[in-house]
Amino acid sequence: MDLKLLDAVASHEEREAVAGFAGGGRDQLLPALHAVNDRVGWISQGALNLICETLHVPPADAYGVASFYSLFALDERPERVVHVCTDLACRITGAETVCDVLTEHVGAAGKARGGVTWLRSPCLGVCERAPAALTFQAGDPATTELLAPATGASAVLAAGRAPAAAEGAPPVIHQKEGLRLLRRVGVVDPSSLDDYRATGGYAALRNALRMGQAAVIREVTDAGLLGRGGAAFPTGRKWAATAAQPAGPHYLVCNADESEPGTFKDRVLLEGDPFALVEAMTIAAFAIGARQGYVYLRGEYPRALRLLRNALDVGRERGFLGVDVMGHAGFSFDIEIRRGAGAYICGEETAIFNSIEGFRGEPRTKPPFPVEQGLFGKPTVVNNVETLVNVPLILTEGAAAYRSIGTEASAGPKLFCLSGNVERPGVYEVPFGATLRELLALAGGVPEGRSLRAVLLGGAAGGFVRPDELDLPLTFEDARAAKTTLGSGVVLVLDDLADLGGFLLRIAEFFRDESCGQCVPCRIGTVRQEEAIRRVLAAGSEEQPLLREVGGVMRDSSICGLGQTAWNAIESAIDRLGALQ
Amino acid sequence: MTTVDIGIPRRLVEFTVDGETIRVPEGSTILDACTAAGKDIPTLCYGDTLEPANACRVCMVEVEGSRTLVPSCSRKVEPGMVVHTDSERTRTSRKVVLELLASATDLSTTPGVAEWMAETGADPGRFGPDAATVAQPVLVDNELYVRDYGKCILCYKCVDACGEQWQNSFAITVAGRGFDARISTEFSSPLPDSACVYCGNCVEVCPTGALSFKRECDKREDGTWDESRQTATTTICTFCGVGCALTLHVQDNEIVKVTSPHESSVTHGNLCIKGRFGWQHVQNR
Repeated sequence: MDLKLLDAVASHEEREAVAGFAGGGRDQLLPALHAVNDRVGWISQGALNLICETLHVPPADAYGVASFYSLFALDERPERVVHVCTDLACRITGAETVCDVLTEHVGAAGKARGGVTWLRSPCLGVCERAPAALTFQAGDPATTELLAPATGASAVLAAGRAPAAAEGAPPVIHQKEGLRLLRRVGVVDPSSLDDYRATGGYAALRNALRMGQAAVIREVTDAGLLGRGGAAFPTGRKWAATAAQPAGPHYLVCNADESEPGTFKDRVLLEGDPFALVEAMTIAAFAIGARQGYVYLRGEYPRALRLLRNALDVGRERGFLGVDVMGHAGFSFDIEIRRGAGAYICGEETAIFNSIEGFRGEPRTKPPFPVEQGLFGKPTVVNNVETLVNVPLILTEGAAAYRSIGTEASAGPKLFCLSGNVERPGVYEVPFGATLRELLALAGGVPEGRSLRAVLLGGAAGGFVRPDELDLPLTFEDARAAKTTLGSGVVLVLDDLADLGGFLLRIAEFFRDESCGQCVPCRIGTVRQEEAIRRVLAAGSEEQPLLREVGGVMRDSSICGLGQTAWNAIESAIDRLGALQ
Repeated sequence: MTTVDIGIPRRLVEFTVDGETIRVPEGSTILDACTAAGKDIPTLCYGDTLEPANACRVCMVEVEGSRTLVPSCSRKVEPGMVVHTDSERTRTSRKVVLELLASATDLSTTPGVAEWMAETGADPGRFGPDAATVAQPVLVDNELYVRDYGKCILCYKCVDACGEQWQNSFAITVAGRGFDARISTEFSSPLPDSACVYCGNCVEVCPTGALSFKRECDKREDGTWDESRQTATTTICTFCGVGCALTLHVQDNEIVKVTSPHESSVTHGNLCIKGRFGWQHVQNR
């Protein structure tokens, strides 16, 4: 293929940013775009030309990819960008005030002034410290600063100076008793492999290597581990199906693109116990016969990125990754981090493949399923961070002991992300079957003097639960029976003062913003849904029949889970809370 | 000796459509099977010479046991599958999908849509007068094509035909995302600055008239385009030795358009710039 390029030349800085990619292929497109965007703050025609020449990608294709991701700019943008989270948890804890102060002192969102601009951002995943803002400063190296909680004053201050390379405070776990998944978070040094090993780290991998591939899969299957990313698919079955595929190579992908508004459990695990994920992925790779794994990490998690990078480097140095892992002859495995660039849809299991391969992060049609044709068209397992972190527990405690936690159909411990109008927001670990009331009590309930209006369970793609339904046991089966979902573990608390209408509008805006645009029901349906909600809120017009019909068709005819769930929360607010009347 | 490739023998698969048992070769899509059985499932993004993009969601059918509806253009028939093409669910979905499309896009030159909308009772007006649309100025930046993206339904066919499925020019792509997704060259540059080689294969596959030949577009505008006065003659292109099949569309003894039959084993509907546009000399009388 001959490349025809626009008439534009890369600058010295842009050339330096792309230099390291010589000899790379199309799957290096996303990292190369990041490299330029990190260095210069935006991607010029000249830089795109150079990337295309280096990786041999047609320029129109590369443009289509770059324009897909919200963290990349294709028009000149200042080096410093403040992203202010205006999503669910931040919205109800004062994000709009932060925006108002920024507008007054720095100018309108998206307008460049004095080397800085600020933008409204979808969920930044630090809901326990809402409202949040994240500053990106381009340069060599690029730096970031997380403000959480942010105030108008601190955001204006951050806009006015280069970030101090602060990545925010380490995660704090309020709960003290009965922790398994979170037991190392805040206790060990997350950068120390020795700390990890001193607290039982790598015992599970040693067990796995001794047991052999088939026995590991059997153990995980017997433990009844269900996927924690939202779909609750049996992990053992997924592994067995992939391991059995004759085509090779097999791939392992860890889905760490935690972008569901209100979800931050994976961030807490990555920041607090990164070696656990590395060990778990190594076990999974051994079980399914993969030599290469990817962590698809959302681009808004600088602290997790640093700690995970460190864990991989140290792991490689000490023989826990690479050739003959832990001295086990013939088992080689390594992990690459792929940084997302601001696209919720890339958490969809097949959109991840397109994104890693250097295409637009659009979901693929299933079938074929990833276990048959996944990353690079090969058999692939995709597991969420939390799912994987359960694996070392299973291999040290044994399937039977693991199974004794939780319920028959929902085994094991589960992480929930409490945010919104709750006394102590944060990640909480309970066995499946604990009630919503017990969980809220752990987090101190709604603040003094306020009363509970509703709980959004499962995130923007989840559903609302009323105050009279708090005895709901938190299991996959009970949630299903109650016509709601645990989703990715979001428990977002709204008190009597919360603006429910505005909250629903934000959910609709979120889906409109994050639709990839591939299929008609989602691309246009999410827009019509938002328009109808705006009309209800502005004029009190009767839009329920329209919303129901469009929502039903989005659910029935969209290609992927994004469009299929874009109406869930709004429907449940209408049906269970009497909203939008 | 002439050899005829009859392909590898394929097993027949039995399944049910709207209560009728049908046997089709293994690997057939539901759409293939239904079309062969004389059923009419509407489609927009389906291309007879392209891999299904299944983006328009007009051809959705109900498959028993499936949580959602499934695109008939890309789902393969499985033994024992029970399919409903005309249930309450499929009719509602088709109606709403057409309404959504028609409320955002100018479908005035899309064949079939008006009939399907009448059949399903689709009323795009119910989204109100302020419903967002993709209306935008028509792009005319070269002598051969007109791009009217206000009519674009994002079926991906032009991108696929320009890219790896046929032409390998990769001049156009889908850029942006969500409602802002659009067909674009890099940095929205004019077509002459792009990698476009003017083969016209994108125009050939466009189902809505968002892409059209300038000649046809001009004649439509001045009111002289009249298909009832046109004849179509298929012949062989004389420019090189490949032997592409050309269909010359002639009106008033003048070539007004050149296409190629999709069933031609040489072209599958594709041509190069010479075959597609190199006919002016024929008329230099």
